[in-house]
Amino acid sequence: MTVAMTENFGNPSSVHSFGSAAKKALEEAREQVAQLIGAQPSEIVFTSGGTEADNLAVVGAAMANSKKGKHIITSSIEHHAILDSCKWLAKNGFEVTYLPVTSEGLVRVEDLAAAIREDTILISIMHVNNEVGTIQPIAEIGKIARERGIIFHSDAVQSVGKIPVDVNELQVDLLSVSAHKIYGPKGVGCLYIRKGTRVEPRSFGGGQERKRRPGTENLPGIVGFGKAAELARINLPEEQKLITLRDKLIDGLLERIPDCQLNGHRYQRVPTNVNVSIRYLEGEALLLSLDLKGIAASSGSACTSGSLDPSHVLLAMGICHEIAHGSLRMTLGRDNTEEDIDYVLEELPIIVDRLRKMSPLYCCEKAGQCETKEMCQHV
Amino acid sequence: MYSEKVMDHFTNPRNVGELENADGIGEIGNPTCGDIMRISIKVEDNIITDIKFKTFGCGAAIATSSMVTEMAKGKTLEEARAITNKNVAEALDGLPPNKMHCSNLAADALRLAIDNYLAKAGQAG
Ligand SMILES: Cc1ncc(COP(=O)(O)O)c(C=O)c1O
Ligand code: FES
Repeated sequence: MTVAMTENFGNPSSVHSFGSAAKKALEEAREQVAQLIGAQPSEIVFTSGGTEADNLAVVGAAMANSKKGKHIITSSIEHHAILDSCKWLAKNGFEVTYLPVTSEGLVRVEDLAAAIREDTILISIMHVNNEVGTIQPIAEIGKIARERGIIFHSDAVQSVGKIPVDVNELQVDLLSVSAHKIYGPKGVGCLYIRKGTRVEPRSFGGGQERKRRPGTENLPGIVGFGKAAELARINLPEEQKLITLRDKLIDGLLERIPDCQLNGHRYQRVPTNVNVSIRYLEGEALLLSLDLKGIAASSGSACTSGSLDPSHVLLAMGICHEIAHGSLRMTLGRDNTEEDIDYVLEELPIIVDRLRKMSPLYCCEKAGQCETKEMCQHV
Repeated sequence: MYSEKVMDHFTNPRNVGELENADGIGEIGNPTCGDIMRISIKVEDNIITDIKFKTFGCGAAIATSSMVTEMAKGKTLEEARAITNKNVAEALDGLPPNKMHCSNLAADALRLAIDNYLAKAGQAG
């Protein structure tokens, strides 16, 4: 990456020799990324990240194929990069069906099949959800989409580098990837566009990226992305080892913390994701306490979101506001060890106990054990 | 994002719990994010002699509850009633803008506890 910033600083799309060194670096990165997902290099369009790839896929494919129909199918638990693209399309003459999910956060393939109409032109279902880590049945959906001749996009930002992703096995036509989710630089990503899939560009200007994404390429970012992709491919077996740590953490939390539930599917989830709800607690207070102990986590609590709404993913899974409030997500990474898990399992129950002693809800629900029960207005 | 004072009240909250045989109880839910706060008080000769809180909410909600109990303790009912949400936030060296609504809970819950006491006292007298 440093090399790309200092040495190959020519414009990759120009003809002079500086440009050709840059071009070589660009094409090498394209090959590295393509290899990671089983694509042809010519099918990779570099973007400024997962968001732009999602926008380009959904809006670009919808606009390019609107003569065939104006119906789009997606799920209710997509990232906002997809949901907001769909919202924009809905305002511009398209119709969008948002599939529900099970309590474990899975899209039902039969719901999807039933939602397909004559005028359905695009299906967009994420591979792995960013909050609960659930792995969707993408290959099954891909098969149906292909049989029905419908373009199929999957947001694979949270799956690439964590589980095997192969565009042919998954039978996708479009697939979004973000570099910073595979230990690469921020602000770069790509959209895989299967050869022959019609996608209109969302920006206009030069002829870069086969006119799908005009503008001088972010070469340092792309080179870093390429390198990260190569390492992700090599390290993929290592990621599977995180399953042991993940399961130890999940089992330990469920065992040690009363009134704690797992959010998402027990096994059909990425090796890196743990998401639990701890009842009678609020997520932000949990995060603050964990942070003081050097443990990084996030929450779907309304109090942690800028909009003060609880996570749309948890709500779509049928989890009530109160339980969404106490949701806690921990992400495991390459550097985590068994000792880290032991440390969390030791500290978290202490934190939970302390905060529950402060929670009026806990006292009420546990009225049997509560010394001030008669004052309680919630029983 | 929080001031040192907020973190201090969050990590060492004052007056946590519930008073047995409280003279007044105030409870309020936060319409913005769904959190709940309960304050119970003991009153003698028009003075708040003891006060405790329980809060289900974010760090700011816990810190403001703790702060308001500290500010109200030993005050007359009139003085305690006059404490505003703004006073509480200021005593904590400020709150982030998106957390100002949490401070609304604390002073409101205190006022409800005082009202509850006055209503009961009125009935008795
Ligand atoms: C599922 C999913 N899609 C899209 C994005 C957006 O990616 P980027 O941050 O690269 O724009 C994210 C980022 O968190 C994500 O988790
Ligand atoms: S109590 Fe919900 S944001 Fe503070």
